[in-house]
Amino acid sequence: MTAIAGSGAASSPVPIDARTSIVRLKVEQASYAYAATDRSAPKFTLGPTSFEAGQKEIVAILGPNASGKSTLLKLLAGIERPLSGRIEVDGTEVSSLDPRTRAQRVALVQQESELLFPLRVWEYVLQGRYPYGKRLRFESEEDCLLAGNALAQVSADALRDRWMDQLSGGEKQRVILARALAQQPSLLLLDEPTQHLDIGGKVELLRRLRRLADESRYSVLVVTHELNLAAEFSDRIVLLHKGKCLRVGTPAEVYERALLEEVFEAPLEVEIRAGGRPRVILGANFGA
Amino acid sequence: MRPLTSRRVALICLGLGVVLFAASVVSLRIGAYPISVVDIVKTLFSGILGRWDAIPNEYKSIVFDVRLPRILLGILVGASLSTAGSGFQALLRNPLADPYVLGVSSGAALGAIISLIAAPHVPGAIQLAAFAGAAATTAAVYFLGRRGGQLDSATLLLAGIVAASFLSAIIMFLMTTLSGRDLRGMAFWLMGDLGSTLPTNPLPWFEALFFVFIVAAGAIYATSSDLNLILTGEQEARHLGVNVHRVKLVVYISASVLTGLAVSVSGTIGYVGLLVPHVMRMMFGTDYRLVIPTSAIGGAILVVVADTIARSIVSPTELPVGAMTALAGAPVFIYLMRRRVR
Repeated sequence: MTAIAGSGAASSPVPIDARTSIVRLKVEQASYAYAATDRSAPKFTLGPTSFEAGQKEIVAILGPNASGKSTLLKLLAGIERPLSGRIEVDGTEVSSLDPRTRAQRVALVQQESELLFPLRVWEYVLQGRYPYGKRLRFESEEDCLLAGNALAQVSADALRDRWMDQLSGGEKQRVILARALAQQPSLLLLDEPTQHLDIGGKVELLRRLRRLADESRYSVLVVTHELNLAAEFSDRIVLLHKGKCLRVGTPAEVYERALLEEVFEAPLEVEIRAGGRPRVILGANFGA
Repeated sequence: MRPLTSRRVALICLGLGVVLFAASVVSLRIGAYPISVVDIVKTLFSGILGRWDAIPNEYKSIVFDVRLPRILLGILVGASLSTAGSGFQALLRNPLADPYVLGVSSGAALGAIISLIAAPHVPGAIQLAAFAGAAATTAAVYFLGRRGGQLDSATLLLAGIVAASFLSAIIMFLMTTLSGRDLRGMAFWLMGDLGSTLPTNPLPWFEALFFVFIVAAGAIYATSSDLNLILTGEQEARHLGVNVHRVKLVVYISASVLTGLAVSVSGTIGYVGLLVPHVMRMMFGTDYRLVIPTSAIGGAILVVVADTIARSIVSPTELPVGAMTALAGAPVFIYLMRRRVR
């Protein structure tokens, strides 16, 4: 089940569980490189990477800084085209979709940019309906209903008439998530969603994601630094290091002490808890 | 949750249209020859319905030949500048952007003057040259306003101010070489003026200018829901399915056309594009599907009112209308700038 990328060899796709019969995302040998100028040799930022994500699954993309996580995210979001290989969402190559169709299938949750003019929460969430609108896109009653549902799914009903810039970090994160849910995507991407949350907020967000994934039809992909939260909540881990996909598998398959120590350059210990989920703690010789 | 509907947009625009009509009637009334408001309205409607023989001759010439063309010019200029201003604010993601503050108006004025020198009698040359000047200045200010690959608000405004003063200096230099242009002509290009450009038979001229306005403003309006998302963040807009490059290109060209159009017939009238969209946002919210049409009508109201004051306050002489808009606009600019810094 586990694939290890050797020197030059690419990881092979991992078949998904039987319980999730529908494959939402299929990444086949996708790689990416860029050259600073036309003449200079291309610099690989992501070697060939393969994995799949099924309906109701949570996949965590792990790796230290500069490991290729954000490159992979750009490829998955379809704003960059892979140099080689394919990335399919619901069977269609994502970078070949026109922007609005793509936004109906892939939603990305990022840290929000600074708003130029104040906006109410419900106006913000309604933006998630943009890919479905027609010219000038005056929102329909259906759009409002779906935006309302999205707010309810993240328990943010009460926030709907508040101003975006008056929300706390956790509230804002929920509203941004609601906008992505209003897109009714097949693939929900989250870029370090726990970054500005305290530990309670982090656990709450991941519990919510787990519940949303279980109840819905999409796959969730989370780029994160949180080893233990990823182990606890995800079905599958994609481990990246220096632009290479080192391993794809369940948390127990990926969390090997030697591998994690090499990747994160820190003394670590891995213990397997009841239920088979691993936990990572700092090694005993930490501080030595 | 009360999303914007086309009905609401239409109702608000209708309301503002009534205000514009009232301002125009008041403006038509003010002048050396007294006409009552009732007579003005009667004359206007008879003219619109084509019943020319029902209008007394002196009213016909005063209303339709003297006062109305100037008001139509004010409407055109005000609507163009405000629409361009709201477009620039979204394009540059800067609430202080406006054709005048960014130096784009000065670029258009320089283009227009160069065409006056090079090809004085070619129809449409002034407008084309003004558009080229506006487009080139927008591009220059856009690139000068970047720091580390990012558009920087303060740098952008400084680039605009520097561009404006540099281009104004060239305009003054060129003005001295144009024979037959006096100080009043200079004020026209530097302060804005509605009194000196009207041709003797203005109707076909207006038709052409309004046609260009409708096309350019319509193009910006067609992108308004895209602009709403771009204002939230360019990256996010891209992820939500907006073709950001195409939208920016459309707004860039259209806003430059509108600035060129306004400047070619009225010189550089300042702050209209800054003032009006902000007032409209305060009154009706920040949704661009509403901001753009209300700004167009609001800009028309502002310039008609400002020009009426400018030509009556020191009667029988006149102030340039740009002096009036600057009197109102500069304090608002300072207020907005300080509120942002806080």
